[in-house]
Amino acid sequence: MSGGAAGPQPGLEPPAEARGRDSRDHRGPQASARSRELILSRIRAAVAGAPDVEITRAYRTSSDLAGVVELFAERVADYRAVVHVADPGEVAGVITSALERRAVTRVVVPDGLPAEWAAGVEAARVAEAVRSGSGAGAVRSVRDEPALSAAELDAVDGVITGCAVGIAETGTIVLDAGAAQGRRALTLVPDYHLCVVRVGQIVAGVPEAVARLDPVRPLTWISGPSATSDIELNRVEGVHGPRTLEVVIVR
Amino acid sequence: MSGGNNTFLGMPAFPENAAAAVQNSQLRFNLRKATHTIRGKRAGVVAELPDWMELRQAGKEIKDHTLRNLERYLLQLEEAVTEAGGHVHWAADADEANRIVADLVKATGETSVVKVKSIATQEIGLNEALQAEGITAYETDLAELIVQLGDDWPSHILVPAIHRNRSEIREIFQDKMADWGRAAPEGLTDEPSALAEAARLHLRERFLSTKVAVSGANFMIAETGTLVILESEGNGRMCLTLPETLISVVGIEKLLPSWRDLEVFLQLLPRSSTGERMNPYTSAWTGAVEGQEFHLVLLDNGRTQVLADEVGRQALRCIRCSACLNVCPVYERAGGHSYGSVYPGPIGAILTPQLRGMSSAVDASLPYASTLCGACFEVCPVAIDIPEVLVHLRGKAPHARAERLGMRAAGWVLNRPGRLGRTQRLGSRLRRFVPKRLPGPLSGWTNTRDIPDIPAESFRDWWNRTDGGAR
Repeated sequence: MSGGAAGPQPGLEPPAEARGRDSRDHRGPQASARSRELILSRIRAAVAGAPDVEITRAYRTSSDLAGVVELFAERVADYRAVVHVADPGEVAGVITSALERRAVTRVVVPDGLPAEWAAGVEAARVAEAVRSGSGAGAVRSVRDEPALSAAELDAVDGVITGCAVGIAETGTIVLDAGAAQGRRALTLVPDYHLCVVRVGQIVAGVPEAVARLDPVRPLTWISGPSATSDIELNRVEGVHGPRTLEVVIVR
Repeated sequence: MSGGNNTFLGMPAFPENAAAAVQNSQLRFNLRKATHTIRGKRAGVVAELPDWMELRQAGKEIKDHTLRNLERYLLQLEEAVTEAGGHVHWAADADEANRIVADLVKATGETSVVKVKSIATQEIGLNEALQAEGITAYETDLAELIVQLGDDWPSHILVPAIHRNRSEIREIFQDKMADWGRAAPEGLTDEPSALAEAARLHLRERFLSTKVAVSGANFMIAETGTLVILESEGNGRMCLTLPETLISVVGIEKLLPSWRDLEVFLQLLPRSSTGERMNPYTSAWTGAVEGQEFHLVLLDNGRTQVLADEVGRQALRCIRCSACLNVCPVYERAGGHSYGSVYPGPIGAILTPQLRGMSSAVDASLPYASTLCGACFEVCPVAIDIPEVLVHLRGKAPHARAERLGMRAAGWVLNRPGRLGRTQRLGSRLRRFVPKRLPGPLSGWTNTRDIPDIPAESFRDWWNRTDGGAR
């Protein structure tokens, strides 16, 4: 220990270096610059002479998992998400019947959604438009152009997107706000999220996913529907995010 | 909400708090059920990974390497965040961090903020500081909402309302929700799904209309300036996505050097924390994104003091998973409030006295709030040797004068073989006069144990006299 023992007690009173300053003086770029220097000098003093540490990465960084797609489907379903596996020709039909089954009448459709998926949305007919009161009939696609307000987004029933990466080992879907995904709020505010994952987007484990992703893009990792275990450790699905997550894997 | 640092000051020492807590059978039942449930889930998902020990080793080394080079990586982070359109502020202590956040909120003209669960902001008492400036902070995590509505303290790192059962939560919602916004629905039952739905309705309007959010962060990436938050409910995503201004208050030790390092921690944290393969939602953003104004407040508040302690600095590796709480026999019985800090359990017992110093009764007692069984070390995903730090801090804790005198006398005797031998011979001669029970304050020790018998002759004397039993 190099001098911390007799030092000031953080959280109880301001450190010696800061004392004598008016608390009002904490504001502004000058105060922040002073604190920056103070913190950096404390760090220098604290670690002076400490040896550096080598990082060994002996853990798995890639796995040749046979049956990655099956594992992905199984692990996503483990979170009580609804999972379908479809051939490319079947995707539109799966989307249509999923929307009809959920009685989702207004669906946000992000930019860049492949035409065949959009066709699946167009083909959906909901017998009874229970939620939006838009009358029985076709499911309405809602574009985020111009950007929907939070209230407008709250008034739609669901969203359909693609994704950037799927992780088999953890049953995770990662969205990077790219084509067919839209901005982050689109998959958050509506109560129902239908996500289409292409087999080529599925990797075995977390390291492969991290390597594929670009941190400059806003990322959302999704593993099952919104959930809480805060009440007596009982898992409840759907607190603030979508209560239902449905995943279509395209072979 | 009264979860701030200051509330805990003047609290009795751990033994008194624990003695009261163990009398509460409801609390003991809740804690036992919760800790055993998560403990089992964690063991299951950790066993799934064949390379868990290698991940743990890498996690430990990445954190140690970062702490060793903290200055360099903080500067790199600052540059990257700034380049990505964010603003970086430095706060040496709690007051300064609170002042920075309050000023940032005031500059927006708003008088309320939504909050993502953040222990760092509880450590600095941010909600109370904002309240004093006329700004209301709304907690949005379900457990934190329960704690805030109940004017209570968090008692667990992951599940802060672990000490409350469903009927207590129902009562809190019915009595208090209307004071903070939308009232609880009529005829609210104590079904967990009904309670979660009540929270959803209560907070939805707030999410859609509040312009400023305050968060912490689980990780910051120096190389890219990316911040990462792991959560379950989606309240985090609501706060991070919808408001126009986001202010993140993050301890300087939450840093990782490179984007790649997340591949380790996104495996270690969810499995250790909730016992899931992955938590429902993880958000990562770099600087100002999607038109949002972004401020990062880097918080010291005692962390550099912990860093200066060669043994104690390993506590800064902590990623707040709470696995150590769930396996601790002391936490399971005493509960989180006994630790008198927002950091309960074994990690709290080594972190709190280092962050705050050991001048108060509760802080000085924390290094003793353990049986040193070592279960916490075993489950720690970044291999913090908590028992080692506890023993180290016991050495530094203030001791009573009588105890110090006794220890000095014992040291004087044990330091020289000759002195020890003479003392043992004296003891043997006087052994008839040793009482069964010790007088005065020392009786506390003999109330539960016998004084060991003093032998007529020490082993060494016997050996010398008989040549090891040969004569």
